[in-house]
Amino acid sequence: MRPPFASPLLRDAVLVAGIAGVLAFPFVGLLLTTQGTAPTLSTRFPEFAGAVVLIFFGRLGISAARRGHSLFPIVLGIAMATVGAFSLLFETTGMAADSAAPWHAFVPGTFLATVASAGGVAIAVVAGRNHLLRDSVPVAQKPLPMKQLLLWTGIALAGVAIVLPLLPAVDRRLIDVATLVLTYVMLGWGLNIVVGLAGLLDLGYVAFYAVGAYSYALLSVTFGWSFWVCLPLAGALAALFGILLGFPVLRLRGDYLAIVTLGFGEMIRIILLNWYDFTNGPDGISNIGRPSFFGFQFAAKPAEGTESFHTLFGIAYDPVHRLIFLYYLILALALLTNAFTLRIRRLPVGRAWEALREDEIACRSLGVNPRNTKLSAFAIGAMFAGFAGSFFATRQGFVSPESFTFIESAILVAIVVLGGMGSQIGVAVAAIILVGLPEYFRELQEYRMLAFGMGMVLIMLWRPGGLLTHREPTIRTRPQPASA
Amino acid sequence: MGHGDGRAHFYVMDYFAQQFINGISLGAIYGLIAIGYTMVYGIIGMINFAHGEIYMIGAFIALMVMVAFGIGEGGLVIVALLSALLVSMALTSLYGWVLERVAYRPLRGSQRLAALISAIGMSIALQNYVQLTQGARVKTLPPIIQGGFEFQFGDTDFIVRLSALQIMIVLVTIALMAVFALLIARTALGRAQRACQQDQSMAALLGVNVDRTISLTFVMGAALASVAGLMVTLYYGVIDFFVGFIAGIKAFTAAVLGGIGSIPGAMLGGLLIGFTEAMWSGYFSIEYKDVATFSILVIVLIFLPTGILGTPEVEKV
Amino acid sequence: MNPSALLQVEHLTMRFGGLVAVDDVSFSVAQGAIHALIGPNGAGKTTVFNCLTGFYKPSVGRITLNSPESQATFLLEQMDDFRIVRDARVVRTFQNIRTFPKMSVLENLMVAQHNHLMRASGWTFLGLIGAPSFRHAEAASVERAEYWIDRTGLAEYADSEAGALPYGEQRRLEIARAMCCDPVLLCLDEPAAGLNPSETEQLSELIGYIRDHHHISVLLIEHDMSMVMGVSDHIVVLDYGQKIAEGTPEEVRNDPAVVQAYLGSDDDETDNAADTTT
Ligand SMILES: Nc1ncnc2c1ncn2[C@@H]1O[C@H](COP(=O)(O)OP(=O)(O)O)[C@@H](O)[C@H]1O
Ligand SMILES: [Mg+2]
Repeated sequence: MRPPFASPLLRDAVLVAGIAGVLAFPFVGLLLTTQGTAPTLSTRFPEFAGAVVLIFFGRLGISAARRGHSLFPIVLGIAMATVGAFSLLFETTGMAADSAAPWHAFVPGTFLATVASAGGVAIAVVAGRNHLLRDSVPVAQKPLPMKQLLLWTGIALAGVAIVLPLLPAVDRRLIDVATLVLTYVMLGWGLNIVVGLAGLLDLGYVAFYAVGAYSYALLSVTFGWSFWVCLPLAGALAALFGILLGFPVLRLRGDYLAIVTLGFGEMIRIILLNWYDFTNGPDGISNIGRPSFFGFQFAAKPAEGTESFHTLFGIAYDPVHRLIFLYYLILALALLTNAFTLRIRRLPVGRAWEALREDEIACRSLGVNPRNTKLSAFAIGAMFAGFAGSFFATRQGFVSPESFTFIESAILVAIVVLGGMGSQIGVAVAAIILVGLPEYFRELQEYRMLAFGMGMVLIMLWRPGGLLTHREPTIRTRPQPASA
Repeated sequence: MGHGDGRAHFYVMDYFAQQFINGISLGAIYGLIAIGYTMVYGIIGMINFAHGEIYMIGAFIALMVMVAFGIGEGGLVIVALLSALLVSMALTSLYGWVLERVAYRPLRGSQRLAALISAIGMSIALQNYVQLTQGARVKTLPPIIQGGFEFQFGDTDFIVRLSALQIMIVLVTIALMAVFALLIARTALGRAQRACQQDQSMAALLGVNVDRTISLTFVMGAALASVAGLMVTLYYGVIDFFVGFIAGIKAFTAAVLGGIGSIPGAMLGGLLIGFTEAMWSGYFSIEYKDVATFSILVIVLIFLPTGILGTPEVEKV
Repeated sequence: MNPSALLQVEHLTMRFGGLVAVDDVSFSVAQGAIHALIGPNGAGKTTVFNCLTGFYKPSVGRITLNSPESQATFLLEQMDDFRIVRDARVVRTFQNIRTFPKMSVLENLMVAQHNHLMRASGWTFLGLIGAPSFRHAEAASVERAEYWIDRTGLAEYADSEAGALPYGEQRRLEIARAMCCDPVLLCLDEPAAGLNPSETEQLSELIGYIRDHHHISVLLIEHDMSMVMGVSDHIVVLDYGQKIAEGTPEEVRNDPAVVQAYLGSDDDETDNAADTTT
């Protein structure tokens, strides 16, 4: 007997796979290459067919699971996962035929196989969960004590972050990745003030990061000033830029503001790229001063008459000391940003930011000056980007315009939005997911931005409000005396 | 002007004429892309951030079709061009339709930023999809449409070129604009679009199929963008997965400049942006031509937020 | 016109393209009184509010506010919306509710005291270091907020999200929030819309209380005629943007022009009245 659900689901899956097939045919089924000056077209039908079949079964499984079927999607999911896993094995052991074919460079079978196995598992798990939940009597769900939960998550994350470099299993690579993630966490927290709290969609945040990095680089290279002198200056300069750029445009409506800030971000990058005399153009600025441990360098052989970090503590020189120091430096900067945000949220200006995000017209009807309030958010956000930029410059010892493209801004916005627009812990978790994971699995680097873009769309569709939407009031009434 | 510099005078004229011609061709292309932005913004009030990528996809498909026809080999040029035009329009329209269906429609009732962020995600995803499947290297197309006119004013050695391709670009743009204007003014679809633009819920009450109208708006915008993609491929002879980004921003600037929501405005804005870019590159510095465009965007938004042909509007409270 | 009036509106005209939403309307609001602005839907009442509170810049007209305390005179048509609230202290609510939905009721009321608190927090710097002077000012603001929370019967919701409140409570929240701005003139745009009769009754009491105990003038847009007639000292009637009548409730009730505007012309069916009063 035919399962009763088969026909509409089947029709839907055929339709979706058909449309996807038409769309994908030119890009997946064909390959444009240029030989000499002549363009040539080659085919890769197996890849294309594989993709269409995958979409067909994937769609079938997803919609079956969505409609509450369990047996069929579980079986389908397991089958997909198995096929995927086998072909992965097949690919990676080099058994696949003619791996020298040109398409291997771009659409390796591993991609489809990975998607198939991951997707299959996901379908099976969702369907399985549906199955289990169906039989359980729906109990009245107690609301989670979100406040406690978030507090403890925060403390746990901070604790892990503090002891991380001291753990025995931790190597240079992990410290490097963690430092990078923390840089994004800090930037995310800075941008969270602008986007998450004040609701101003800034697509050019990377410009302030660049201003901070270049300020630090130029000050340090030109005047030889130390990190601790340049850091506040870079922050102040970035904030100043924030005010200058923000002043004329902050009254624009949400999406106009987004495009204009994007324009500013690109303008700053193009200027950095072309103003040779000042920025050294695409070659960037190198030999930027490294930070010191309160005046003690991290150098194997300290300069005559000075001590370095390892001689100070009487330990053997190890290049990892510098990395660990940098790690703690960015951790401290990030925690400072966080502490600042948590505090300012409880002040009148912080509440006005959130109120502006909620309803600008209502704000104006209560006497809140929208321009000043937005400018303050913009400038403070820019300042933290400036700090982070200084850190970036000193960590790399080198800055060039290449590091400050639009995509960085987009990643940061995605971190804030994925985190849940305003949630500090959300931002940290999102930064770990979006920056840390892809960085640690470099093999998937190629697909990172594709997955990233699709992730942005899917998360918006799934939760238009972000992952962590819980919000604690910034002030509470005094407990009333218990009355009868 | 002195007597001795007649040559220089002609040279100045010639150079200006050349930049003028280049500006018009470029502007026509920006204008075609800008229409997509302006229509979508007019009807659902969102910036379709992925529209630049739709244009890029149109360019790729057009190039593929032309290559499949063996481009200039034999007398097939016209056939190749026409097929490229039709296939690219059809497939790119489908991309536009699916884009709206998948990424924007479910978010129509949500907060404003949700749809914009979804659009940015789509833009990144489409860019990387094309990069992954087709590689990051530029794709080239040798010049297909050759010939044209050359002018020389006075006895300078500077020759002003008006290529056949430039003429074609302008003619195709004019033709498309005419068809389009008729479509909007005369058909039921055009009426439905204008109704939705004014008041969606009212239009729905009066029996306009709002979903379908919005879908068709995306389809039309994508079709025009694909034509722009084809023409850019012919004009510059190189494309890559990244061409949509800057072109998209410029076209959006054009739409804002002309007055967002206004289709003639989009065309006018496109021409102005094309001019600015050609003149700026010709007289100042080619490196800063994008800065010039962005500056225009900022200045227009500050001093003329409704653009040149847009209607001023009081925010309803 | 009465020069000692709190608010004086002269020849107010507002055009949107070809549409004249408000057409040469003049009226005044006396100190310590409740005035009502009535008229069928689309008559231009909300547009008058938007002109008073700076959200629209009138095409023609002058709006003068004589501040009862400082003797200062403000020309509202020349001021930005937020300055009207901050300096002239004319505060309004909205016909379509505009709370800060994700913020708690108390937070909503704290935002209303923004300018005062900003000064107290030393433009944030004193607040960041936790200066005692700021903490005292904040405590005082909380107390003021709690006073209005109690007055408007929102005590049980004080710490909940404003967006989660029932409809009637959201309307009262807007009034409480406006009162936290310390207004001299409170403009209420259809505060009773969507309320049941007993809620409307409470609302009338609240408005009377605001006038009697806080000596604040109220300008009220309302469709509920029994409420308007019961609570107002003076009524202005608009129709198609024009002022068609003005006077005490008694005078307005018996004015033939008003009857005509509400009931349609004589040969229309009288059941039109039902439509126009919703
Ligand atoms: N921002 C605006 N743009 C265009 N027309 C408007 C605007 N605001 C109000 N109107 C028009 O002005 C007229 C009066 O509206 P309104 O003041 O809201 O009426 P009421 O509050 O008396 O019901 C209506 O026809 C309305 O459509
Ligand atoms: Mg109204």
